[in-house]
Amino acid sequence: MSSRGVFAALVTISALTGCAALEGGPKGPPPVRINEDPYPSTYARYPGVPTVIRHATVFDGEGRQINDGTVVIADGLIRAVGGPELTSPAGALEINGAGKWVTPGIIDVHSHLGDYPSPGVDANSDGNEATSPVRPEVWAEHSVWPHDPGFSRALANGGVTTMQILPGSANLFGGRSVVLKNVPARTAQGMKFPGAPYGLKMACGENPKRVYGSKGNMPQTRMGNIALTRQTWIKAQDYRRKWEKYEKDGGDMPDRDLAMDTLRGVLAGKILVHNHCYRADEMANMIDMSKEFGYRIAAFHHAVEAYKIADLLAANGICGAMWADWYGFKMEAYDAIKENIPFVHNAGGCAIVHSDDPNGIQRLNQEAAKALGDGIRAGVPNLSEAVAWEWLSRNPAKALGILDKTGTLAPGKMADVVLWNGDPFSGYTRPERVWIDGALMYDANDPNRRPVSDFELGQPGEGDVK
Amino acid sequence: MRRLIAVMLLTTVTPAAAQTFAVVGGTVALGDGSQPIAGGTVVVRDGRIVAAGGMPMKLPAGAQVIDARGKWVTPGIVAGFSRLGLSEVDLSAQGADDTTADGPFNAALDVVPAINPLNSTVAVNRADGVTRALVAPNAGKNIFAGQGAVIDTGADMDPITAPRKFQFVELGETGSRKGGGSRASAHVLFRNALREAAELRRFTAPVSATRREVPSELERPIVRDPNESRILGPNAGRSEDVLLTRFDAAALVPVLQGRQYLLVHAERASDILQVIALRREFPSLRLVLVGASEGWTVAERIARSGIPVIASAVNDLPAAFEQLAATQSNVGRMRAVGVKVAIGMIDDNDTRFLFNQRQYAGNLVALEKLPGATGVSWGEALAMITSRPAEAIGMGGEIGSLAAGRRADLVIWSGDPLEGSSAAEQVFIDGVRQPLETHQTRLRDRYRYLPGQRDLPEAYRH
Repeated sequence: MSSRGVFAALVTISALTGCAALEGGPKGPPPVRINEDPYPSTYARYPGVPTVIRHATVFDGEGRQINDGTVVIADGLIRAVGGPELTSPAGALEINGAGKWVTPGIIDVHSHLGDYPSPGVDANSDGNEATSPVRPEVWAEHSVWPHDPGFSRALANGGVTTMQILPGSANLFGGRSVVLKNVPARTAQGMKFPGAPYGLKMACGENPKRVYGSKGNMPQTRMGNIALTRQTWIKAQDYRRKWEKYEKDGGDMPDRDLAMDTLRGVLAGKILVHNHCYRADEMANMIDMSKEFGYRIAAFHHAVEAYKIADLLAANGICGAMWADWYGFKMEAYDAIKENIPFVHNAGGCAIVHSDDPNGIQRLNQEAAKALGDGIRAGVPNLSEAVAWEWLSRNPAKALGILDKTGTLAPGKMADVVLWNGDPFSGYTRPERVWIDGALMYDANDPNRRPVSDFELGQPGEGDVK
Repeated sequence: MRRLIAVMLLTTVTPAAAQTFAVVGGTVALGDGSQPIAGGTVVVRDGRIVAAGGMPMKLPAGAQVIDARGKWVTPGIVAGFSRLGLSEVDLSAQGADDTTADGPFNAALDVVPAINPLNSTVAVNRADGVTRALVAPNAGKNIFAGQGAVIDTGADMDPITAPRKFQFVELGETGSRKGGGSRASAHVLFRNALREAAELRRFTAPVSATRREVPSELERPIVRDPNESRILGPNAGRSEDVLLTRFDAAALVPVLQGRQYLLVHAERASDILQVIALRREFPSLRLVLVGASEGWTVAERIARSGIPVIASAVNDLPAAFEQLAATQSNVGRMRAVGVKVAIGMIDDNDTRFLFNQRQYAGNLVALEKLPGATGVSWGEALAMITSRPAEAIGMGGEIGSLAAGRRADLVIWSGDPLEGSSAAEQVFIDGVRQPLETHQTRLRDRYRYLPGQRDLPEAYRH
């Protein structure tokens, strides 16, 4: 999944396909290969110094709590995590973490920052291409405004180091998502998480049928949602067959279709499906659909009724990205319960705390704390703060296909790390420092380590603590 | 299955008559801004607080004693600004949302007939310790949204604590939009409305209440129902050039006379100053600022005006051009220079997430440890979600604290109530213990164990 970055040129004539000519295949020029990475990441980590945090309480993101823990960061990577016995690299900055907590950076699997930025005016509203229910051709990254002030709040107040920016849910196929490092840049490319696979936003339920049904178009019903989605997958399968044949045998190049390129990527397992879906019965339909057409769903987003089918989600290896306590704002959220996250966890599933909100993204740790408290009170066994941290970094990294790179404090992973000034499951706690790839991107004690967006320069409150 | 039924029986408490009881041994916070008291006692009789604090107390004869050791005890949370009870479901659910009226009337609208005490949002918030709420209508076609009420969240059919307690008007970005596309237009509409009310005022009875900053309980302004006033009679003449219906103009008479509070929504610093300036023009208005995201930039002028503020607690994004200077330190900075600040949920999931107030209050405490930020003390943070909103509309003598004589709205919490991980374990309203069961808890119990017994479908688990 992670080798997407190797495609270099805009359109590459592949030497490999020359074999076809040697084998006496169809005449003509070698097949054209579609560049799968035409807007490549230009993100490069910022300089950091070797850093050792000692005497802190560490949640490693894999369910483990280390008291009097030590975390060693160097060359942008986690070098070691353990107890006081760990030695420091030469010249390392030593930080006394006594009374403080260290965790992996929080990963929000569901954000619209940059696509629905602040200020929330029509001119900047770029999250839903609500002109057709099938829009897999749009890419969220092409809407991302890197100067959205919300990024800085998510960093400084929320300890968020990585986010998936998704198109909205007006469409059955909303378009491609993009995974960003929460490091300010001049361009969206400058924030793109290197090597992260693309995602495809899909939606079921109320939104598509409301947006299009109200205009007298399909879909107007949930059965219309499913029918149109299936019909689109049938087209995608056909497109895939044509292109695979062409890439194997050469001949006339099939027509290129941006929308179908994305769906083909899903069918090939290169692009991960992030499916907005609230109700249990609809999630079950989408699971069957994924089997019908041969793709996998990485995560159901919102998944308000995940608790009703937690066993089904676990059996199919599908994550649930959920809120702690959002409820009732629409019919498909009517059956929300506060134990949704811990119940999905308890069934052996992959539970994620997500925000879908520029304010909520600043408090994901507190949302996890609420869900944890509710789970413990409901008698869910073996819950702890260290275990619940999996909902904030490990599981979202898994859903995004980047768990081999970040999401836990395992040695060799990117040093995306938060030092909290207390227990992050307390509402009285704030991030004190945040490192991304080992570079100190936020320091509560240093106003020069606080990003200020272009938009906020010269405005009232510029550079305030926010 | 048997286990579930047993749990349900335990948690199903039918509202009973107010009892005499004492809550002992808990960490007691009074809600008046003071710090919590370990091992405190709260004594309740006939639905009112008799005494609360750390001093030794003689318990009334026959008082039921509730052991709260290891627990926290506070006044019930007061939702400082809400649409609680107005909407069961907010989107695409006909008949379930009464937040906004877009008919011919505006200021005359009275939110009371729209409030449904059996709304599931009432139960969900009650189960999280919210016991009272200021409920405002949403502005429809006019800057005047109508008259708001104070309600309780009790499991009974009598939710209204104080009807028509305040008028709500939009004088910021929303006011500009509703008021003709410009703030200039909105302000002329506002002044014209008060002019039309003044014309009708001469048909009303004289106002006798003397004005004080915080009226005593006895002198609380009694807002008579303007819809039934003599100003609607056949002798009440009006000019030809009127914009408001007679009903709407009549509804503004108590506002003009200072008998009904006027809650004004404004976020931008310059909008806030325009609201303060209304004081000079209409000295009898009892103004309360709602929102005030940029209040910190003009905090001293708000403080000098004496106008209380019901603010959003933690909005820190330039989400609109009227709140470019938004910061979580807004509340703390206003408070630091003497502004009377309460917390409300202004346009922030105001129909259903009032329980977030305690989380937000805790977040303001967190700011005390953050360099460059201004937070508030724990005691003050609790006050901002209990007594301060009550005081902002002159009801501090009735609700919002555990001071003697107040209505006995109290919550026994599993831990520190400003921590989201804590839960309300017992909730009392007017001294009556409340059920904490909700649609959500029933669903939780039904689906706690999956796949469960398969001899019958889940629908038979109840």
